[in-house]
Amino acid sequence: MEKFNTHTGLVVPLDIANVDTDQIIPKQFLQKTERVGFGVHLFHDSRYLDHAGTQENPDFVINKPEYKGASILLAGENFGCGSSREHAPWALQEYGFKVILASSFADIFYGNCINVGLLPIKLSETEIEQLFKLSPDAQLTLTVDLPNNTVTCGELSFKFSLNEFQQYSLENGVDSVGWTLDKLDTIKAFEAKMPAWQ
Amino acid sequence: MTISTPQTMYEKLWQSHLVEEAQGETPLLYVDRHLIHEVTSPQAFANLRFHNRPVRHPERTIATMDHNISTRSIKIDAAGEGAANQLRALAINCKDFGIELFDMGHKNQGIAHVIGPELGLTLPGTIIVCGDSHTATHGAFGALAFGIGTSEVEHVFATQTLRQNKAKTMMIEVKGHVGAGISAKDIILAIIGKTGSAGATGYVVEYCGEAIEALSMEERMTVCNMSIEFGAKAGLIAPDQTTFDYVEGKEYAPKGDVFEQAVVDWTNLKSDIDATFDAVLTLEAKDIKAQVTWGTNPGQVISVDGIVPSPEDFSDPVEKESCINALKYMGLTAGTKMTDIQVNKVFIGSCTNSRIEDLRAAAGVVQKYEGQQVVDTIDAIIVPGSYRVKEQAESEGLDKIFINAGFEWRLPGCSMCLGMNDDVLAEGDRCASTSNRNFEGRQGRGSRTHLVSPEMAAAAAITGHFVDLNA
Repeated sequence: MEKFNTHTGLVVPLDIANVDTDQIIPKQFLQKTERVGFGVHLFHDSRYLDHAGTQENPDFVINKPEYKGASILLAGENFGCGSSREHAPWALQEYGFKVILASSFADIFYGNCINVGLLPIKLSETEIEQLFKLSPDAQLTLTVDLPNNTVTCGELSFKFSLNEFQQYSLENGVDSVGWTLDKLDTIKAFEAKMPAWQ
Repeated sequence: MTISTPQTMYEKLWQSHLVEEAQGETPLLYVDRHLIHEVTSPQAFANLRFHNRPVRHPERTIATMDHNISTRSIKIDAAGEGAANQLRALAINCKDFGIELFDMGHKNQGIAHVIGPELGLTLPGTIIVCGDSHTATHGAFGALAFGIGTSEVEHVFATQTLRQNKAKTMMIEVKGHVGAGISAKDIILAIIGKTGSAGATGYVVEYCGEAIEALSMEERMTVCNMSIEFGAKAGLIAPDQTTFDYVEGKEYAPKGDVFEQAVVDWTNLKSDIDATFDAVLTLEAKDIKAQVTWGTNPGQVISVDGIVPSPEDFSDPVEKESCINALKYMGLTAGTKMTDIQVNKVFIGSCTNSRIEDLRAAAGVVQKYEGQQVVDTIDAIIVPGSYRVKEQAESEGLDKIFINAGFEWRLPGCSMCLGMNDDVLAEGDRCASTSNRNFEGRQGRGSRTHLVSPEMAAAAAITGHFVDLNA
């Protein structure tokens, strides 16, 4: 996993609540056995007018010229609800997103983002609302500073928090499997005490 | 004598699986059982190969083919080349890493959350994970069960553990008894209608009360299955004699003295009387009516004797906006009676409602219509959850009841719940579905899903619209 330190990028506002993982990456694109090739299908049903995905929907915010190259997604509440498909953060990441800002995320999606190095940031509803109000003027640029847990936008500055280990893992690009495998003796000791039925 | 703090069932499950809680690290939990399928596992296996790591406990891992298989043929390529690639990859991965696989046509094959319980792989007091959000189903046994992403699948493969933050706890008590004809699906939809689709985000929910205790194991599975649909990390129901009777004698369940000891341990799992929860929700069972969703998330649900709501009914601006969008997507007008909504597709199946009791309930409704047929303009399919369910249903003649009434009797799989195979709705199709998600595009781009019980789906197939069976 790549290390995450600070990131400055263009914000695209997707002001819709309860965006589910079926909307982020529809099921017909889940048949790959690799981790790549999902970005082009991100938000497929909203982003394209046709099934084949050849005609962009000009009304969908991400397709608007002023938001091309955006790397920060400003999202509505309960973003990422629904399935456990990690393909959703893979698709967001491959499209070019590094950070997602929302007032709330679905639990599994949030964990999946952390595990792939896509930074989900929870801000208060008021703070998210402030950003949505600024963003229609386009070209809203934010700086996210992970070590200092701040989101800065001009004179606005917001604090956010992450679980201690998740913060460490993102900053250091920790191989979480390798980290746990170093504790194999502890796991074996636990297994030795388990009841027979377990 | 030590005085211990009263604990919830979740806290007991947590404590009994806590491998390590090191300073500065997320707690490490032991995973007893890992269910895998073709869609969310290949990239995890690829990383194991890249790092030259084995699956630490292949015997604690079980694989099934379910998500994108055909329901018309057991041929591996019957649902297209993309699906076949994933299915073949799963077979190779299971062989290379020593994992037992229930592949196409195997007598134990079926939807992961149907076969786990029916084979006795699902046990109370365990932690069960799967790369699928409906893993919450297994919570019906008093197992802590939840869906995980592919990176976590890899972590479980390599270590048999997972790092998890502790969730908050919510108790949902359903007091008294439900009225005649009210199903487990109605109970859970009514709960979600009350909490909203994100009402339990950050929580593990424990369902309790007389109405829950009175449910069979299959009904409890329907309730726990949809825990994720209001954001819960997991759903739990305390194991009791109903649970032990169900588990005893199942193929993979412990036997003899080991089973006896297990029952003693499982009996102690229930939340202590004085245990405190972070949130409590109470429903009166007698108030629960048959439910139908009208919108595009499972919280947008109403009684079948109700009307399609108006945006004006919602004071919260986000809910109001969601209502406007949902009515537009669903092609519905506020004020329409739910029983006036016509469907052209019916799907009875999915990990929510594809077990034998679901099929019996649907067949019972078909029989009540005494020889009437599925409406000409409706395609109605019945997809059993597993080969064991299919075999049982056929031994009871349920398949004949369905086929004679004009339903299609299909092979097991996840099928139209998510439409990864060719069981997909067309744009504008309106489906009475016993599945768990009515998201935009879930069953096919532009398709409209109404979540209902198997009874309601069967009645819709024969009458062409939703019916209040209890009127």
